Amino acid sequence: MGTGEAGEPSTRRADERLTAAGPLRRLLVRPELGALVGAVAVFTFFAVQSEVFRSARGIANWLDPASTLGIMAVAVALLMIGGHFDLSAGVMTGTTALTVAIVAVEFEQNIWVAIGISLGVALLIGFFNGWLVTRTGLPSFIITLGTFLMLQGLNLGLTKLLTGTVTAGGLASAPGFGSAEWVFASRMTILGAEVRVAVLWWVLFTALATWVLLRTRFGNWVFATGGDEVAARNVGVPARRTTITLFMTTAAAAWFVGTTLAVRLTSVQANTGIGQELIYIVAAVIGGCLLTGGFGSAIGASLGALVFGMTLLGIPYLRWDADWFYFFLGAMLLLAVLANRLVRRSAEAARR
Amino acid sequence: MNPPPTPPVTAPDPAAPLLELRGVGKDYGSVIALDGISTSVRAGEVTCVLGDNGAGKSTLIKILAGVHRADRGQLLLDGRPADFGSPREALDAGIATVHQDLAMIPLMAIWRNFFLGAEPTRGRGPFRRFDAARAKEITRRELAAMGIDLRDPDQPVGTLSGGERQSVAIARAVHFGARVLILDEPTSALGVRQAGVVLRYVAQARDRGVGVVLITHNPHHAHPVGDRFLVLNRGRSLGSFAKADVSRDELTRLMAGGAELDQLAHELERPST
Repeated sequence: MGTGEAGEPSTRRADERLTAAGPLRRLLVRPELGALVGAVAVFTFFAVQSEVFRSARGIANWLDPASTLGIMAVAVALLMIGGHFDLSAGVMTGTTALTVAIVAVEFEQNIWVAIGISLGVALLIGFFNGWLVTRTGLPSFIITLGTFLMLQGLNLGLTKLLTGTVTAGGLASAPGFGSAEWVFASRMTILGAEVRVAVLWWVLFTALATWVLLRTRFGNWVFATGGDEVAARNVGVPARRTTITLFMTTAAAAWFVGTTLAVRLTSVQANTGIGQELIYIVAAVIGGCLLTGGFGSAIGASLGALVFGMTLLGIPYLRWDADWFYFFLGAMLLLAVLANRLVRRSAEAARR
Repeated sequence: MNPPPTPPVTAPDPAAPLLELRGVGKDYGSVIALDGISTSVRAGEVTCVLGDNGAGKSTLIKILAGVHRADRGQLLLDGRPADFGSPREALDAGIATVHQDLAMIPLMAIWRNFFLGAEPTRGRGPFRRFDAARAKEITRRELAAMGIDLRDPDQPVGTLSGGERQSVAIARAVHFGARVLILDEPTSALGVRQAGVVLRYVAQARDRGVGVVLITHNPHHAHPVGDRFLVLNRGRSLGSFAKADVSRDELTRLMAGGAELDQLAHELERPST
């Protein structure tokens, strides 16, 4: 977790029973290590066989799905470190995208007003999830499964009611679209390849989340709440507030990704985002998050998203059947979970 | 470089004990869990609470720590009646309890655990951040001041031995200004050597002017470090003794119920031929 400056008091007599806790072992218990090894392996595997994959244009191509997934995976990783799941995160990207499109087009508002309302809706849903989880003490799995299904129904029902179809579109003609496009969906040329701005946002959010986790009080509370909520509360950590904030952060990330989708495509399907929630969790787990909470990293989750993006585009680049994609992803997940299990054992083994 | 034992400067009346119990009792429904308990805790002294299983030790801790309210009797803090409605109130009054579960997160680094809930920060506004360098430094210094030698404050608490974890918890309570430190069976799950290590830290805390309440069922651990002994049996006090007035064997006898032990010894004796 900590970035461990190697300040070992070397003058003291070392415990003779201690096996060398050298830099290697310390590296091994870092949550993102497995994901880093995985990402390098996957990259090497595809890059060796496909020239397109390793070209600048190819890299920009597989960074794109990795970026929107990565933004969500980082937020979901924070939530998982805090000890909770959010199954409504995927469908929430649809809810927010639809809100942007419907408010801007059907209610003829400036797109920034629509984006603001969409953020308000997202934060409200996040607060509701967190509040219900902390109030009832029920597993977040079941509560967010409930909101997931409710939102799925609302997305379809309200879209049909307001637009008469299952698509909300026509966003390109909304006032303010140009500036919104610049923020959420512009492209820039780096080394001759067109890179979408979402990639920059993804890097930025990963850095921010890492800083918050490792270098703020709130980050300490996230680890503590996920590690042992009762113990955390006993020493004065506001565990309830921490949990609610994490659910609202996940919702805010869904809003960002949803808005990006809406502005990019200018029209939104009512079933957008359904099924994605598990992919976010997969990326976070590949990135070293423990399902039981209290351990994980934002960088790891981003690497997990990178593995996802590379596999998603690498398989068609090799002209394999795209059906193999899920097999790969599943195998990666299993490997990651097995590796995490070792980490937890070594970290929790108490020597009495 | 341990600070010399200092007299308490916070107590308004230096002669009054930090914490005093007068005839305290507690019932759970129709069960009298505790009745007529009187003892005192002074700064720089160790008061041991001894008793076999079911003697009422846990109930007594819960009253001191603010988890339960006493049904009878009085709790005096610095000579004034006190009434703790919650663990937080007791903590604010300077009464820190190190429970058996220690309230530490196994997967987190020692220094993160040390400051959990009271993290030092620096910077302002959105740049206010956890001052990790200072936290690590203070952790290392505080542990060293208690004579605790840890290899690396970055290692997860889960990798520490039971005695080491207990020691870190004690150091944490002392650092955060505990005037009365309640230790719930700190040696019960430990081996002989580890228990000795923990007792040494108890003595360290005492020498720094903290009033310690040590709860244990082991008179061999209590007698060397204790200044005052409260022996409980089935919810009642068998007496509160100063160290000069009681030997270790007497403590053992009292705990086991005196006469019963004599009877047992008699039964176990080899028949003389």
